[in-house]
Amino acid sequence: MPEITYREALRHALAEEIERDENVVLLGEEVAEYDGAYKVTEGLWKRFGDKRVVDTPISEAAFIGMGVGASMLGLRPVMELMFWSFATVAWDQIVNNAGFVRYMSGGLINCPIVIRGPANGGTNVGATHSHTPENMLANIPGLKVVCPATAYDAKGLMKSAIRDNDPVMFMENTLLYGEKWEVPSEEYLIPLGVADVKREGSDVSLIAHGRAVLTALKAAELLAAEHDIQAEVIDLRSIRPLDEEAILKSVRKTHRAVLIEENKPFCGVDAQISSMLMEKAFDDLDAPVLRISAIDAPAIYSPALEPLQLPRPTDIVSKVLSIC
Amino acid sequence: METAVKAQDYSPAPVNQALTSDDKLRFLREMLRIRRFEQAALKQYQVGKMGGFLHLYIGQESVAVGAVSLMGANDHVITAYRDHGHALAVGMNMNECMAELFGKATGCSKGKGGSMHYFAPDKNFWGGHGIVAGQTPLGLGLAFAIKYKGLKGAALCFLGDGAVNQGSWYECLNIASLWDLPVVYIIENNQYSMGTSLVRSSAFRTSLAERAQGFAMDWDVCNGEDLYEVRAKVQEAMDRAHKQSRPTVLEISTYRYYGHSVADAKHKVYRSEDEIERYKQDHDPIRLWKTRLIGEGVLTAEKYDEIDSAARQEAAESVKFAEDSPFPTAASISEDIYFEVDRQTIAGRTGKHFFND
Repeated sequence: MPEITYREALRHALAEEIERDENVVLLGEEVAEYDGAYKVTEGLWKRFGDKRVVDTPISEAAFIGMGVGASMLGLRPVMELMFWSFATVAWDQIVNNAGFVRYMSGGLINCPIVIRGPANGGTNVGATHSHTPENMLANIPGLKVVCPATAYDAKGLMKSAIRDNDPVMFMENTLLYGEKWEVPSEEYLIPLGVADVKREGSDVSLIAHGRAVLTALKAAELLAAEHDIQAEVIDLRSIRPLDEEAILKSVRKTHRAVLIEENKPFCGVDAQISSMLMEKAFDDLDAPVLRISAIDAPAIYSPALEPLQLPRPTDIVSKVLSIC
Repeated sequence: METAVKAQDYSPAPVNQALTSDDKLRFLREMLRIRRFEQAALKQYQVGKMGGFLHLYIGQESVAVGAVSLMGANDHVITAYRDHGHALAVGMNMNECMAELFGKATGCSKGKGGSMHYFAPDKNFWGGHGIVAGQTPLGLGLAFAIKYKGLKGAALCFLGDGAVNQGSWYECLNIASLWDLPVVYIIENNQYSMGTSLVRSSAFRTSLAERAQGFAMDWDVCNGEDLYEVRAKVQEAMDRAHKQSRPTVLEISTYRYYGHSVADAKHKVYRSEDEIERYKQDHDPIRLWKTRLIGEGVLTAEKYDEIDSAARQEAAESVKFAEDSPFPTAASISEDIYFEVDRQTIAGRTGKHFFND
């Protein structure tokens, strides 16, 4: 199976869906002639032309809202936010319009859009460019949120997101764009709402999403090699809809759970999962559910310190050792 | 600031010359239906039959009726929260609109949207939006889709004079002009952004529409009390959209007789009763249209009363319909959130979408 980067996997998904459906149109800052600020859309403008791949001015509120409006008439806009951090200036369009137009119209309207772009810390760009808003957007009934951790998942989830008839918030990661994974050449889709067991284990469940999944996998290797602990790693992939069954199945097997995310702790995705485990797996647990999140401060710039702010494999190992 | 009434007669405009007597009476009927519907709604609001806000359109009827009367199959309309007039003008019926105000299951949004959120996609009406200027990017998107599909159409996007100071609208003006999108932004300038008068809220030389100049976009102003002028000016903008795929900003002067919403207790403090009375006497669009049609020999006083009585009757019946309708079920709170869940597609049955249990 060929190995391609996370970035290429996304690009292939976009290209395949543009070819498949004439209503799919890519919009965003620098997505066309510049080939994408992070080169996700590289070559697509040359290949598909002005109509299908469109450079927008730096006007997130207008072009995100424009995509929402166009989707009401049947287009399937895929809009790039150069950073998910910039969603804050389009919040009204994302939340009130994309999120609620179906409800407010009593189900007369649906909004088949994808908003995509990187949502991560760890690149020394300071707090304004390091937002991870998956929890905030998953808080909105009407929106869907996915956070792929690998190239394989990124491609399959992107294709499903574009075909989905509801608004999907697709959160990528600049630190993963250049990483390679095996991705089949033939077409495949990954449904939203299905988690993936990235590593089987029997002693503790490490539950994560996005890049934290890779951190958890490294921690699992350390735990196995140095402590003879077999950790199972569950990759949520999709935040809303959420694969609750996969989480419960793993915890019922291992009886211990450590939840890892690169987001801040307060009302993070893992707070939701922790609450769910308390309610539904209380009798299965042999230890308290523990969480590891980013250090609860705005993302620091200092290249020397930022790596300490995000969860590291050693943080996970320590946490696991406290309950195993 | 009172509208500077222009002396020009727009009845000879081709779009008005083409009107039959029936068309002219229909416009009268539509304006009266909006007014009588809202008066009935106000009465019900005051006796506690509905919650939330009620932003009345009374005084502005000629704007929605005149503009919507020009729409063809590929023309679309979207507005803000003062949306009852546009809704009735596009052909939504009083029953579904009144029931929505009552929060009933038979409402146009099944009681989920309320006064500010009426929709009728089958009539090219895309809301009904609660956040000031929040609809302006959506209107841009309607225009984008019209052009993308190669259709000859226009998106009429209404906004109030208060909305012109929201940043998102300027982003839209830039994109509309830059990309040649067939959108017509119609500022319904009723002189007050909530309780703040035009001169206290907006910096301008001669008009708000003039701001379009900086975006290399055509703009115009219009006296909204005259239905002929509204039709002539909106048609000009729609022609520009249809034939050149170019946007327009059209500022239509108008006036609301009631407060920003019915909850606006100070609307006779930030403006005088004299001012309101002056508009009712001298600038009322229905009164002016009535006088005009009588002058043209199209209407008689008896015919007017007949049309007005029918509108009052229809409004009264819509109140009864709303009263008699059931409230939505508690279970319906969780419906109409995700298309895929509502349709029970495979995607809608995969993973957990709701988190109460």
